[in-house]
Amino acid sequence: MGKYREACESGRFVVSGEIGPPKGTDVDTMLHHIDLLKDMVDGLNVTDNQSAVMRLGSMAVSHEIVSRGGDAIYQMTCRDRNRLALQNDLLSAHFLGLRNVLALTGDHVSVGDHKDAKEVYDFESVQLIQCIKRMNEGFDWAGNELGGGTDFYIGAVVTPESDPIEPQKLKFEKKIDAGAQFFQTQAVYDMDNFQRFMEYARGVTEGKDVKMMAGLVVLTSVGMAKYMNKFVPGVFVPDDLLEEMASVPKEEAVKKGMEICARHIRFLIDNDICDGVHVMAIGKEEIVPEILELAGLRN
Amino acid sequence: MIISTQKPFEEILESLKGEDTVYIVGCGECATMTQSGGEPEVAEMKARLEEAGKKVVATDVAHATCHELDIKRIFRQNKEAALAADAFLVLSCGAGVQSVREGTSKHVTPGANSLFVGNVKRQMSFEEKCSLCGECILDEYGAICPVTRCAKGILNGPCGGTNNGKCEVDSDKDCAWVLIYNQLKSEDKLDSFMTIHGPKRWNAVERPGRLDGKAAGQEKGAA
Repeated sequence: MGKYREACESGRFVVSGEIGPPKGTDVDTMLHHIDLLKDMVDGLNVTDNQSAVMRLGSMAVSHEIVSRGGDAIYQMTCRDRNRLALQNDLLSAHFLGLRNVLALTGDHVSVGDHKDAKEVYDFESVQLIQCIKRMNEGFDWAGNELGGGTDFYIGAVVTPESDPIEPQKLKFEKKIDAGAQFFQTQAVYDMDNFQRFMEYARGVTEGKDVKMMAGLVVLTSVGMAKYMNKFVPGVFVPDDLLEEMASVPKEEAVKKGMEICARHIRFLIDNDICDGVHVMAIGKEEIVPEILELAGLRN
Repeated sequence: MIISTQKPFEEILESLKGEDTVYIVGCGECATMTQSGGEPEVAEMKARLEEAGKKVVATDVAHATCHELDIKRIFRQNKEAALAADAFLVLSCGAGVQSVREGTSKHVTPGANSLFVGNVKRQMSFEEKCSLCGECILDEYGAICPVTRCAKGILNGPCGGTNNGKCEVDSDKDCAWVLIYNQLKSEDKLDSFMTIHGPKRWNAVERPGRLDGKAAGQEKGAA
């Protein structure tokens, strides 16, 4: 069992960060971020060709995190591989000591940097979750017995601000039925709305061992917040936060964003809203320790 | 029907480089409807090729270019021109181009790009709704195909990219999963939405597809 799962099952508030592998072989900054965060959080997600942009692989970087003493949440999308390749990678990941997988359908190639690529989607997230569960039980997708099954902690995502929300909720329930054990949400900023979503989610997960982590993307400028509202489906930054970001000079915007993030973490803990947070600083991982400190989470 | 659009004229001309005499074949079905290879387009192509210095020895708009026997019959009836032509330019889908391939041993070149199997919304407005997967599952999705109409072909509900009921890949297109949800809800069949659907058998049709006689389920006495 990995440290992330241990933390989730301990019942305490769980914190994860995120590493976006670079495009190229210059890994110094990424390694610096890993070393900075690995002991401060319970796990680090590693994105898989994030936004359909070709990058260094999530399996290799996840392995690096584990070999440096941290725990990785290996993100796996269905966009680039068929069921043979997905299962092959799952066995490889297990061999390399990875124990947490976040199953995603994956952004469409049309939003990325290889727009003429053939997207695969042989499986999608719900089926990938099912497949990992089956491999945990000792079988591959085709029903063949594995010479040794896997032991993955199965993660999934949900978008609480999806518009419309009803089909998204049903899909969330299907992911649980398929075998998802933990969820990290798409970025949430409206804590009242998230609280309402969690009331619903708690109803669904009652009696089931499913952990819910709020996804928090740190705002670094008012422009970024407006951009997300306009262009990122399922992300909504409410007006009061836009005003708050705009209330400070440009050079203090990151600090303001960190304060907001820390305040949201505190709110989620103090009101016992969810089981943890997944903090995404998108390339500015060096600010994460201070956010956790501001939220009173650093020992 | 098969939706196609005519290739740029320069590209057509390039593919006919070194071929002086051309036989143009159009299609009376799909390519007529999509205005890529009907009577007017074939006539216009003839004029443009002649203007570009080609000799057009014949033009024919077949009833349906994909009908190989029909194409062979046309070429038999028009033997002289078929023999005189250096090349055949086909203004139809790729199936039609390859029917012509069966009817001659000479150079055959496509004058159109085949896009998708489309429904006709109104004149010159087409939408893809079926992708010929070989195993129809529309009964489970309110007769709205997620394989075709969801950009990711997701079988179990919307991705995180739904945006005001539109698709993040193209905001002009409806999110198929919002359509499916609304339809199933109106039929009081949301339990169908909650069924976890396994992945498609992508090889339900062995490619290249072939069907000789009736398929098993259609045979007399078959269960």
